[in-house]
Amino acid sequence: MSSGEATRYILDPGNESKPAVRRQLPRLPGLSGRTIGLLDISKARGDLFLDRLESRLQDSGANVLRFSKPTFTKPAPLDLRQQIAVECDAVLEALAD
Amino acid sequence: MKIDLPSGLVAVVKRDCPTCELVAPVLAELASRGALSIYSQDDPEFPEGLAVRDDRELELSYHHDIEAVPTLLRVEEGREVERTEGWHRGDWEKLTGLSGLGRDLPDWRPGCGSLSQLPEQRAALRVRFESDTLKARRIPLAPLEDAYEALHERGFSDGLPMVPPTPERVLAMLEGTTRAPDEVVANVPPDLVPCSVEKVAINAVMAGCRPEYLPVVLSALEAACNDDFNMHGVLCTTMPVGPILIVNGPIRQRIGMNSGKNVFGQGNRANQSIGRTLQLVIRNLGGGRPGEVDRATHGNPGKLGLCFAEDEEGSPWEPFCCDAGFEAGTDTVTLFTAEGPRCIVDQLSREPESLARSLAAGLRGVAHPKSVLGMDALLAVGPEHARVFREAGWSKSRLIERLIELLTISGEELVRGAGGIAEGLPEHLRGASLPKFRPGGLRVVHCGGAAGLFSAIFGGWAGGAMGSQPVTREIRP
Repeated sequence: MSSGEATRYILDPGNESKPAVRRQLPRLPGLSGRTIGLLDISKARGDLFLDRLESRLQDSGANVLRFSKPTFTKPAPLDLRQQIAVECDAVLEALAD
Repeated sequence: MKIDLPSGLVAVVKRDCPTCELVAPVLAELASRGALSIYSQDDPEFPEGLAVRDDRELELSYHHDIEAVPTLLRVEEGREVERTEGWHRGDWEKLTGLSGLGRDLPDWRPGCGSLSQLPEQRAALRVRFESDTLKARRIPLAPLEDAYEALHERGFSDGLPMVPPTPERVLAMLEGTTRAPDEVVANVPPDLVPCSVEKVAINAVMAGCRPEYLPVVLSALEAACNDDFNMHGVLCTTMPVGPILIVNGPIRQRIGMNSGKNVFGQGNRANQSIGRTLQLVIRNLGGGRPGEVDRATHGNPGKLGLCFAEDEEGSPWEPFCCDAGFEAGTDTVTLFTAEGPRCIVDQLSREPESLARSLAAGLRGVAHPKSVLGMDALLAVGPEHARVFREAGWSKSRLIERLIELLTISGEELVRGAGGIAEGLPEHLRGASLPKFRPGGLRVVHCGGAAGLFSAIFGGWAGGAMGSQPVTREIRP
């Protein structure tokens, strides 16, 4: 250091394993013939929103699979996340009331 | 221990100590009669004419916890087996097995403090000899960078100034616990990042904790990071809730927590900084930041950190931790998901039934007067209200049972449209009678100042297995 003083440090209070950049998956080229998952987080009236999405997706030639979380207050269980990853090309999640 | 002790007798001295000067002839006598190793803290030429090892770096003194000089040790196979401090002829003769030591000296003289114990020296020595125990990345500050501003600019702050977590301060913080710095305390949501004791200590420094608060913080983090408490859900909800921390047991007095006047307010370092540390760990380790995973519509100022102690001594009831099955007198911390508090004023009730009705009327408004079996609540009964129940012989469970009865509400008041309010329950529940709180969803704690016929209500959040359940953990050193 040009000043001649010892370098001052602070210790990192955060997560040091977080990747600096998270790569996005490639965009689907189209919906036709693809399997799209619809995840209901179990909030009131989420089903109305997802019903509408389902019909729009089917109109575009997509296959639709429906999933739901046990409760909106907690993250989706691991086996549900894995099931969606195995069975679907993409997933849409209804978040709001 | 970074430095081995030579077998035989070991003396630690400094020239700037009259007692060390006094015993110099005794040291010369011991040196002439067998194995004696002398370490000097300030001058390797002292005592003159003897072979003296240089401990001006204080490495031996630090690692062997030398508290005073002169210290005389007896060492067998590299291990200390006996120690005496200062000059006491009988002790020196016993330790060395020699008689007639220092005949011309007084029988006893106290020693001086070891240089390794100087308060201003301890932090530097910890860094010199123990900084390899710290594993966290060191973030260099630019020569002209303000350390306080740096913490804001790097996104570590909750919006208030923080103490820069230097290695000196973090090592001092770690002395507050017997846990190893690399022990993993919990996987912190939302990113489920394994969090070491060291990382908690760094955030505790930033929040303003003293080392003796650290055990409370560590247990609070354990209580937060599990499926029962569901910190992920508490964080991401649009509701204005956060974890509040309630401390029980003798540790309240040991670390100077407030359970009395202004108990939920400002002014007590332990209360403020313990709660703040938990929130900082969730922010910095877990990645839970407002506007990101934290989706609160309004939030509340208690989300900076809200921690208080129960007034056990003035309470008519068993301590709060007993509700979770702990013995009274156990050091515990309980996490409860709630909004900020609001006051219930009743200055006229002198009968428990009347006061219970006032409290029930206040509790009716939690979330919405038509909300039932949804949100939990915490009732903080103040000392002057508690006196009414004490004098009438009401137990805590009797109070809760009566409140549940008073808050069992006719469906006619709760259905949509009732009272001219669209919010409400479906019409088919009109004939039902429903309790405001689920079983176990209303908890009672005793705290606050001695003057004021008030209690306080913390509106909670979705309770039970589908939401957040209060979690109590024992605080261990």
